[in-house]
Amino acid sequence: MSVRHRTSVDGRSDVQNDLVERVRSNPKFQELVTKRTRFGWTLTFVMLAIYYGFIMVVAYKKEWLAIKLGSGVMTLGIPVGVAVILSAFILTGIYVARANRDYDALIAAIKEDASK
Amino acid sequence: MSRYAKTFAGAAALLLAGATVVAGAALVAGAAHAAGPDVGQVQQQATNWTAIGMFLAFVLLTLGITKWAAGQSRSAAQFYTAGGGITGFQNGLAIAGDYMSAASFLGISGLVYTSGYDGLIYSIGFLVGWPIIMFLLAEPLRNLGKFTFADVASFRLGQTQIRTLSACGSLVVVAFYLIAQMVGAGKLIQLLFGLPYAYAVVAVGLLMIVYVTFGGMVATTWVQIIKAVLLLAGASFMAYMVLATYGFSPEAIFAKAIEIKKTDAIMAPGGMVKDPIEAVSLGIGLMFGTAGLPHILMRFFTVSDAKAARKSVFYATGFIGYFYILTFIIGFGAIVLVATNPQFLDAKGALLGGSNMAAIHLANAVGGNLFLGFISAVAFATILAVVSGLALAGASAISHDLYASVIAKGRVSEDKEIRVSKIATVFLGILAIVLGIAFENMNIAFMVGLAFAVAASCNFPVLLMSMFWKGTTTMGALVGGFVGLIASVGMVVAGPAVWEGVLLNPKGSALIPYNNPALFSMTLAFLVIWLVSLIDRTRAAAAERASFEAQYVRSQTGIGASGASAH
Repeated sequence: MSVRHRTSVDGRSDVQNDLVERVRSNPKFQELVTKRTRFGWTLTFVMLAIYYGFIMVVAYKKEWLAIKLGSGVMTLGIPVGVAVILSAFILTGIYVARANRDYDALIAAIKEDASK
Repeated sequence: MSRYAKTFAGAAALLLAGATVVAGAALVAGAAHAAGPDVGQVQQQATNWTAIGMFLAFVLLTLGITKWAAGQSRSAAQFYTAGGGITGFQNGLAIAGDYMSAASFLGISGLVYTSGYDGLIYSIGFLVGWPIIMFLLAEPLRNLGKFTFADVASFRLGQTQIRTLSACGSLVVVAFYLIAQMVGAGKLIQLLFGLPYAYAVVAVGLLMIVYVTFGGMVATTWVQIIKAVLLLAGASFMAYMVLATYGFSPEAIFAKAIEIKKTDAIMAPGGMVKDPIEAVSLGIGLMFGTAGLPHILMRFFTVSDAKAARKSVFYATGFIGYFYILTFIIGFGAIVLVATNPQFLDAKGALLGGSNMAAIHLANAVGGNLFLGFISAVAFATILAVVSGLALAGASAISHDLYASVIAKGRVSEDKEIRVSKIATVFLGILAIVLGIAFENMNIAFMVGLAFAVAASCNFPVLLMSMFWKGTTTMGALVGGFVGLIASVGMVVAGPAVWEGVLLNPKGSALIPYNNPALFSMTLAFLVIWLVSLIDRTRAAAAERASFEAQYVRSQTGIGASGASAH
């Protein structure tokens, strides 16, 4: 496609290019990106594993979820299902806690360095 | 009084007059229906004045808020994103209000009522997309975007191509979702208020136009927040009453439910997941579709920064997860408190009005007629909140992406863009009314699933690849996005539910054996984006790859991101 289109970054001034370069070469930026990317994808895979693990059990091993807990009518499936719901909430909570503690400080420091 | 406020007052007066006429006509219609063959049902669903009164109170309140919102600044930022001035907690509630539809409330509690555990499995699919949004999308989305998710997808790619693609993806999702909501509104009003189908479709369409054109994102947000609070409060009360009736012992409720159903199959997975591929494909559609819904993605631009975006997902996930636990309790509550009461059953022992009425009858059983009216009004208000969000997302795709960027190439004033947006809202409202009436007697059960599948197969892959993979080029995203869009729609049409169920082809003639396409169509979209980008050797492609770094710096740090506008 040889159409020359206008992108938001086309025609960036040298000052902006300089800014991007400065941020990129800042070790704190590298630290932020590495940490956040790794953590974000790790939690994503944990959520995928929990959910599709649950779906696989539902598809292939239904009887596991029908196992009775104790002498009553409660089955294993009920707490497991509720646990999957809670896990979604807890995982987002873990991410927020870590982001608030680590990432915000790093981002503030990167912005500070960039404005120097 | 400003010009807008005056126009608004006029429109509101017109609407209220319309509501009075509708209510008056309902009396006549009710009498006419009573003479029909379906007397038993009509007696149960006689015009419910409590419900109508409470719903009108909700409408008055939200119109008041719309009037207040109309009096605020009329900048584009205010219209599309409430000026970025919504807090994380408010946005979390609004997202929940945008997402929890009447279908999830009535449909999932109805599914639990009929199938028990399967309802829980289904509801989990609607929740698990939220963590993914948090981990991968929320912060970069807020850092890169301004009004629509197309701002983000086209950040370093060809504006014309990617905005056209994103607008198509958004509008297809919005259209199917809207039809489902409109038809749902029509059916609900018959069941809950005892009013004719078309009244609901027209009323929902008109109110949606008023909220969005006069109040923009500010009014839409508050409609969603109020609805979320009412729905969560009402559902909490019902779940509490169910638990209290059985001494807060889930064991006692389950034991009683098994006794009534005469089977303990309701306590474990049943017939819902027959085919593992279908189940995984449904799961992928729900999970990644959530992360590609334009009206949901748009909500992330209403907060001031990435930190608030993050907070909103946390609250939203909490509210939505809590809500699905409530629907599970409500479904079982309906088994133990409704299924045994002849007041709610027809001659054959089935639920009056169908299984989707489980939660409504339970409201009557635990809270009497007044609470029944309240829950009916909330169920209807729920539809209003969802369609308003949809209309705003659709209108933004038309005005901000198609009109301002693709047609006018960015050379357009803010006022003009907002005017186009309002015209688009009116157009979408009228279209929704027409389609809502046209689809009255069609089987539309597949439509929300289709909307999620398109969102997962077009919007989500384009967004994710443009943000995270340096190599993504305009050509790759364009071709891959359209392949995902066409594949998801095509596969749904060729699948059994639509091919045999809607198009009435003979049983077994469906071209593909699956109803849920996302496993295939989303994978295909990612593959095509990757492959086409890889072989794209144009100069533009090279420039796009080179500009990834600047985008990445901004997406990670928010340097240069648009902040909250001054109030």
